[in-house]
Amino acid sequence: MKKKFKLEDLDCANCAAKMEEAIKKIPGVNDANVSFMAQKMTIDAEDEKFDEIMKEVAAVCAKVEPDCRILL
Amino acid sequence: MSKKQKNMLQRIIVSFVLLAALMVCEHLGVFGALAGSWLLLPAYAVPYLIIGYDIIYKAVRNIKNGQIFDENFLMMLATFGAFGVREYSEAAAVMLFYQVGELFQSYAVGKSRQSISEMMDICPEYANIEQDGGLLQVDPDDVEVGSIIVVKPGERIPLDGIVTDGESYIDTAALTGESVPRKVAAGKEIFSGCVNGSGTLKVRTTKEFDDSTVAKILELVENASSKKARTEKFITKFARYYTPVVTIGAVLLAVVPPLVLGGGFGEWLQRACTFLVISCPCALVISVPLGFFGGIGAASKMGVLVKGGNYLEAVAEMTTIVFDKTGTLTKGEFKVTEILPAKEGRENEGSYGAGSGETAGVGTGGAKQLELLELAALGEGYSNHPIALSIREAYEEKSGKPAMDRVSDAEEIAGHGICVRIDGREVLLGNEKLMRLKQIDYQPVSAAGTVVYAACEGKYLGALVISDLVKDGAAEAIRSMKKVGVKKCVMLTGDREQAAKAVAEELGIDEVHAELLPGDKVSLVEKLLEGQKGREKLAFAGDGINDAPVLSRADIGIAMGSMGSDAAIEAADVVLMDDDVRKIAAVVCCARKTLRIVKQNIVFALGIKALVLLLGALGMANMWEAVFADVGVAVIAIMNSMRALKTEER
Repeated sequence: MKKKFKLEDLDCANCAAKMEEAIKKIPGVNDANVSFMAQKMTIDAEDEKFDEIMKEVAAVCAKVEPDCRILL
Repeated sequence: MSKKQKNMLQRIIVSFVLLAALMVCEHLGVFGALAGSWLLLPAYAVPYLIIGYDIIYKAVRNIKNGQIFDENFLMMLATFGAFGVREYSEAAAVMLFYQVGELFQSYAVGKSRQSISEMMDICPEYANIEQDGGLLQVDPDDVEVGSIIVVKPGERIPLDGIVTDGESYIDTAALTGESVPRKVAAGKEIFSGCVNGSGTLKVRTTKEFDDSTVAKILELVENASSKKARTEKFITKFARYYTPVVTIGAVLLAVVPPLVLGGGFGEWLQRACTFLVISCPCALVISVPLGFFGGIGAASKMGVLVKGGNYLEAVAEMTTIVFDKTGTLTKGEFKVTEILPAKEGRENEGSYGAGSGETAGVGTGGAKQLELLELAALGEGYSNHPIALSIREAYEEKSGKPAMDRVSDAEEIAGHGICVRIDGREVLLGNEKLMRLKQIDYQPVSAAGTVVYAACEGKYLGALVISDLVKDGAAEAIRSMKKVGVKKCVMLTGDREQAAKAVAEELGIDEVHAELLPGDKVSLVEKLLEGQKGREKLAFAGDGINDAPVLSRADIGIAMGSMGSDAAIEAADVVLMDDDVRKIAAVVCCARKTLRIVKQNIVFALGIKALVLLLGALGMANMWEAVFADVGVAVIAIMNSMRALKTEER
């Protein structure tokens, strides 16, 4: 399942890139794309585990750029 | 400016004033003997903390999260170091300078995001539905297919549909980039995103909002940023290596020279700190995608949808372009221009020029022509090919609709024509290949249009000449493409050699291949692709319906969007929203400009960083230069990328 999320306060492009890399490494994630320009995040992951994966995604993002919020 | 930014600006001003006051005092000797002593530290700490408290906070917090070497920590380290060597004013000033730079950067990014979203502000906000005798404003998302909506003068059309009532001119600039108004009236299809003129229109919607043209375009442009160009990918990879390398370099710089050369640790540590400040590749990571995003946005303003940064890059490197003839270079509107029934008698065998006045005698001419036309119209009755349509049109003009019940058993022979039974008799309609295949004794016609030969039960009946007009501006398009540096223009067609050659000459095409079967087109394009050197790219422009395989085979597939032909938008990489081939040259310019700007940014950013790293290592650069090399460079690069958004006046 592919889902799009809006990001708030994504100020550092490098952080966006780091986030994308880290999310792609989460098991169950098929593909991820973080667009610094559009402040959007697209995640393609397994349906059943999606909610769990999102929690991990939120944790990963918080580590890389704590100011950034994911609008679910 | 956002609230956060305004708040930061205030802090900057306050801190600046305090710092300036302190520095002036020190300079004027107000502090007397205290100058340079530890007691002044608290004084300078005030402006420092005002401007820098959040940096310190973030640095500590990030360390707790496992992220140690980020910009915040480095700035903290560097400025603490400066305090440590009693350079108080320098510490505070550098922190101030850094924050100013960060503010600029954030402002620049915000502004570019705004520009881009303004440019794409073609999204209609509401739709008017008739209810209880009045108009109700609703969210376009909530309108079901088949509803009747009302578009008032000046409003943006919210959904795709067919006009049921009213007459007006609409501005298609949002989709095609041109403000030439198009007339619409009852029965005509209109597309979302366009702005209505002065007449009120009632429209029956044919698509939901998400499927309507404007929503699809917006989605395409948004998604285009995920198809990264080669340059973008390179920068991302580079950034991943850059930071660790520079950090290691800094550590080495802090440790090795003091041990080897015996200088003070403090001095080398300070130099190492400058290294660390420059270790963030933010300038590149922001400005490169921004440049491409701007380029794609500029192209869509022109009415050309580029589906990805990688395609924009490919367009800039295009040297060969292959055109499909029908529908791309020609209007695709066929008209029957000559009707030439077979001439009686052996002495009339052999070629005869069309339109020479020799076309069948005066007396029998008319009747025979009509008969031939009727047979052709019947035979082509079930075909949707433009040629078939033109034949039927010509017949209908003269005699009304053909009686299709006379027709049975239609069989199409690809690349040749059709074989059909009319009144029980076998009738053949097609090109020379069909005639030769069925061994009909035909009379070849040399004309610059498409010739459809007809035969009945083995006997040659005659021929119809159908001409397709070249698009306005097609010749101009080829000329401008050559001017822009496209080396080879090739045309492919399934049409006759002669028709193809005539068009090629009129337009200035370099290479022509005619009488091709669909499979031939693919193999020809593959052969041309082999002939490409290095980074040179080949584009194929077609109308998408039957060109899908070739569109995907070429480096760049350009489709005639015709304001919403779904198949074309799906298959291609670049879509010309209004089928205007002149735009191809314009988009090549736009792509080249974008790439130029991106390259400028890369060279500039890396160059300055390398220079400052070198000077820093040698002790000739201090914190100021380091901060500039980091933040200043980023701001300049971002502002340069904004240039990619501008489309040049033609």
